[in-house]
Amino acid sequence: MQAFLDQLWIARWPLWDGLLLTAGIAAAAIAFGTLLGGIVGVQLAYAPWWLRLPFRLYVDIMRGTPVLVLILAAFYIPAVAGLSLGPTEAGTLALTLFAGAHIGELLRGSLQAIPPGQAEAGRSIGLTFPQLLAYVLLPQAARSALPPWINTGVELIKGSSLLSIIGVGELLLRTQEVIGRTFMTIQFYIFAGIVYLVINIALDQLGKSLERRVGQH
Amino acid sequence: MNKPQPLLAIRGLTKQFGAVEVLKGVDLDLDQGDVVSIIGSSGSGKTTLLRCVNLLEEYQGGDIVLDGETIGYRSVNGRRHRLGDRALSRQRAMTGMVFQSFNLFPHLSAAGNVMLGLRKVLKLPKAEARAIAETWLARVGLAARADHYPSQLSGGQQQRVAIARALAMNPKLVLLDEVTSALDPELVQEVLNTVKGIAEDGATLLIVTHEMRFARDVSSRVVFMEQGRIHEEGPAAEIFGNPKSARLAEFLRNTRH
Ligand SMILES: Nc1ncnc2c1ncn2[C@@H]1O[C@H](COP(=O)(O)OP(=O)(O)OP(=O)(O)O)[C@@H](O)[C@H]1O
Ligand SMILES: [Mg+2]
Repeated sequence: MQAFLDQLWIARWPLWDGLLLTAGIAAAAIAFGTLLGGIVGVQLAYAPWWLRLPFRLYVDIMRGTPVLVLILAAFYIPAVAGLSLGPTEAGTLALTLFAGAHIGELLRGSLQAIPPGQAEAGRSIGLTFPQLLAYVLLPQAARSALPPWINTGVELIKGSSLLSIIGVGELLLRTQEVIGRTFMTIQFYIFAGIVYLVINIALDQLGKSLERRVGQH
Repeated sequence: MNKPQPLLAIRGLTKQFGAVEVLKGVDLDLDQGDVVSIIGSSGSGKTTLLRCVNLLEEYQGGDIVLDGETIGYRSVNGRRHRLGDRALSRQRAMTGMVFQSFNLFPHLSAAGNVMLGLRKVLKLPKAEARAIAETWLARVGLAARADHYPSQLSGGQQQRVAIARALAMNPKLVLLDEVTSALDPELVQEVLNTVKGIAEDGATLLIVTHEMRFARDVSSRVVFMEQGRIHEEGPAAEIFGNPKSARLAEFLRNTRH
């Protein structure tokens, strides 16, 4: 145990950097994915079918493809097209597209679950469609979409560990590097596992407390 | 002598849901200050008529003219085109609607519900919108409930907030669709009294109701709808006291207890 703690102390900065990168990539993916998912969800819920179709295809393809495949695709396909994305950019892109599809789909569900009387009441006081979305529909959808949205964040934290495959120096890759040097395989994998678990439990608790706060009315 | 043009003129209104014709040519005029009740059996098209006037439904034939402006559609080379979102929104703001199921915005307080249209549609400053909201909430007897959320209000209170929300926009015309049908019996009267109050204040109201005593009490005119048409129309005393058609007489017999 003491030997492990000594090695952990020696490796503290690389591991810390890996953790920061994991959190940073997940945060970027949830931020961009929420923007993207906002657009996708509104189109899926309200656009005419011909406009809805490309969004529906995007969502179904993203949700039907393993995250690992998305990551490899985002890393290799742009290179073929002559674009060079670094592993971190490619990884963030893949997770953003993944998050956008999931958030889009869950937002569509939340929007369609709002009773039609809400939109009618908004229209009857003269709100335009964008105003209706901004002040009546999205605030209500956001409340019911909050728990699955947090869950998407948890999926992104977990999914970011797959980026080690394309050489992104996030927490898992850093852990593996330390193991390569110290051969303390079990100890460091357990350590990394605990770190992921703590982050995700914290996110979950955050979600629950937010839910309680907005769920009052 | 020229009769001034009516505030609301419905001309030959027809409406189909798919193959089913629900409104089969409705003509109805309302003058400023009129209180007109629509009665009739279930499925006769009362709700659909109100929803057409509030532009919540598209209709296939006829015109609705509000204060001199044909609403909902424009004609280009003899072909009807539904107006776009902005034009429809502007025209919808000229009429208020109170729904059977209240439809308050659950994420906004009572005052927030009343203020939304004042702020975003009429673009009033916040303080002014708040003042108007408080005035109207006081008018419907809910001054002390301004900061309560819909979930904290009784059905009758929610419906009175909905009435305040519609009236605060200062609409030319207010449409009320069975505003007491979703209420517990002991809450019906407070809402009817509120409607009666705004009628006495001079608002122009088009009311769909199953409360015959109320219709008789409050209306300047009563319209009996049957199978998508106006079957009989007249002053409240005539319609209830001396129905001309057998169908209306039968309807009144069945609804009186
Ligand atoms: N969205 C819709 N799609 C298809 N048919 C509809 C729709 N809304 C109403 N209808 C039909 O139109 C007819 C008139 O309905 P409407 O709701 O206007 O009647 P109503 O007079 O308000 O009845 P009630 O007294 O029960 O409220 C009914 O036959 C109804 O089934
Ligand atoms: Mg009805």
